[in-house]
Amino acid sequence: MSSPETVVASLLGNAVAAGTPLLFGTLGEIYAERSGVLNLGIEGMMAVGAVTAFGVTLATENVWVGVLAAATIGGLVALVHAFLSITLRANQVVSGLALTMFGLGLSGLLGKQYIGKPLPSSLVVKPIFIPLLRDIPILGRFLFQQDLLVYLSIALVLVLWFVLFKTRIGISVRSVGEDPATCDALGVDVYLTRYLCVLLGGALAGLAGAHLSVAFAPAWTEGMTAGRGWIVVGLTIFAMWRPRRALLGAYLFGGVEALQYTLQPLGFSPQLLGMLPYIFAVVVLLVGTRETIRKRLGAPAALGVPYARGEK
Amino acid sequence: MRAPIPQVKVEKRAEPSKGVTLAVLVASLALALFVVAFVFWGYGVNPLDVYSAIFIGSFGSLFGWSWTITKAIPLLLCGVGLAVAFKALFWNIGAEGQLLMGAVGASGVALYLIPDAPPILLIPTMFAMGFLCGGAWGLIPAILKAKLKANEVITTLMMNYIAGYFVNYLVIWPGPWNGPGEYSFPYSSLFTSSAWLPYIPGTSIHYPTLVLGLALAIFMYVLVRRTKLGYEIRVIGENPEAARYAGMSYFKTVMLVMLMSGGIAGLAGVGEVAGIHHRLRIAMGVSPGYGYTAIIVAWLGRLNPLGVILSSLLFGGLLVGGDKIQVTFGLPVATISIFNGIILFFMLGGELLMHYKVVWRRPQRGGERRE
Repeated sequence: MSSPETVVASLLGNAVAAGTPLLFGTLGEIYAERSGVLNLGIEGMMAVGAVTAFGVTLATENVWVGVLAAATIGGLVALVHAFLSITLRANQVVSGLALTMFGLGLSGLLGKQYIGKPLPSSLVVKPIFIPLLRDIPILGRFLFQQDLLVYLSIALVLVLWFVLFKTRIGISVRSVGEDPATCDALGVDVYLTRYLCVLLGGALAGLAGAHLSVAFAPAWTEGMTAGRGWIVVGLTIFAMWRPRRALLGAYLFGGVEALQYTLQPLGFSPQLLGMLPYIFAVVVLLVGTRETIRKRLGAPAALGVPYARGEK
Repeated sequence: MRAPIPQVKVEKRAEPSKGVTLAVLVASLALALFVVAFVFWGYGVNPLDVYSAIFIGSFGSLFGWSWTITKAIPLLLCGVGLAVAFKALFWNIGAEGQLLMGAVGASGVALYLIPDAPPILLIPTMFAMGFLCGGAWGLIPAILKAKLKANEVITTLMMNYIAGYFVNYLVIWPGPWNGPGEYSFPYSSLFTSSAWLPYIPGTSIHYPTLVLGLALAIFMYVLVRRTKLGYEIRVIGENPEAARYAGMSYFKTVMLVMLMSGGIAGLAGVGEVAGIHHRLRIAMGVSPGYGYTAIIVAWLGRLNPLGVILSSLLFGGLLVGGDKIQVTFGLPVATISIFNGIILFFMLGGELLMHYKVVWRRPQRGGERRE
């Protein structure tokens, strides 16, 4: 076993890497929910994103085309949910569940040909070694030896936070999720805003899947999302619909996942360790819910409620 | 200036008639089959071949019927449980985990608690323990929701994963229930034969579980429509505010609902281990996702326990057919999930048709109008 310092450094580094898919997903779900649409289809969109990124990367031999394709397909799949829940005003819980089933099924079908195929290492999104900075003890590996998608996700936190809280667009997004009727009367296009937010959520879920299949664990296995899409839904509550808190939540989770890999060689039962993230998800949900209630922030008031002009 | 108001308008209509409901359900199924046909086609297999293989495999022979009914049993039980929870607007997505815990409870009884008891004592004890374990697993998210307002979709789902890992922990070596002499196999020991459920001769149908499922469907139908508890479940589901003003206890009702919902799913788990495997196996072996499929079964049955009987049979057939096309066409099991998702999409779309009618209108010029 290596020195404690190396263990901590690799634990932190892995926490960030493992947390990144969750971060992408949570950022997307924050926007969808802020606009008033609950999308429980993250797991499905993530799976479709993962298989798309893997397949397109193999076919085009360009991982960035694969990543872009994953985001695009994720967005397209999300449109199904948008259409059902925004235009047809269907039950959002059931529609999201249907999206998850559909996405998991589709990814299984499309991915069958990729099972057991490794991604050539030249195509994997590899960590970038930032010279000098990465030599800082502990922090070096933690922050300065990650892949580009990790840095993209961190940049997105800042951008999406800024847009949501400091721009007109953000005000529209938030108000549409709080009081769509008033927004409508004031000339904000409720439907368009919601469509775009759900689309963004899907694209980011697609990116989350891409990070899984071409960077974090470069391979395709059926069910590789392993409930991360659901953890994202919980993290959105924990984050209290704030992008910066999403960062904290995602890395905490990544830490729990990384802890598994650290503890497994020490003789802990892999089955019992496997439960950890899910138990932690429940705990995090409880903490998030409690704080939301205590601080009286609450979910977006119109979350999950379809908007119909002129109907009460 | 606002963009012109579309010419098509949808208006709410009164409670849809039985005919409309049935027509929409059938149309949803047909449309889903149609859309999925393109998926098969894109995959390079003739959709008509696939559909006939599914149909012949599941309903085309006595052997097919036998397996269809066998697979319908856990779907029926889970579906009946879910229907009641959904009626109370409690989104129990956790039937899978509740089923698994039921299987664990029954296996504990058969392997360790009273393995030498005669069937007349052993089997009812297994069912009772399965109900309790599944029910307890269902109560946890109910308490978390009622007391701490924790979103039940997430808690029930997470508990599916936890239950799955727990089962695997028990049976995978060196887990405590891994059968002696089974080192490399993830099994418990075989149950003594007194714990095996009887079959309808010549079939794989473990009829005690089937009878239990049918009886519970009828019981739940009566409970929801004819009893005070059923009334409270419906009011809480349709209008939680009104329920509160009427002095109904959300906590008490949701506890009872989830005890039943989880407990009944637990019974499905008992049926699987006592009726089919005769031992505890890994989670995927005990249930290849019955608890998830049951969500659609419940929804397709319009949350009516009697409707669930029919829809569970339909999906039992689909699962059997799914196995068949896996072997014949090399299509992965996941294909069935695509179908499940698309059926739900169309049913949700159809829901709108049930509750709203489309009205054509000429666009009006200028001025706001009240709708």
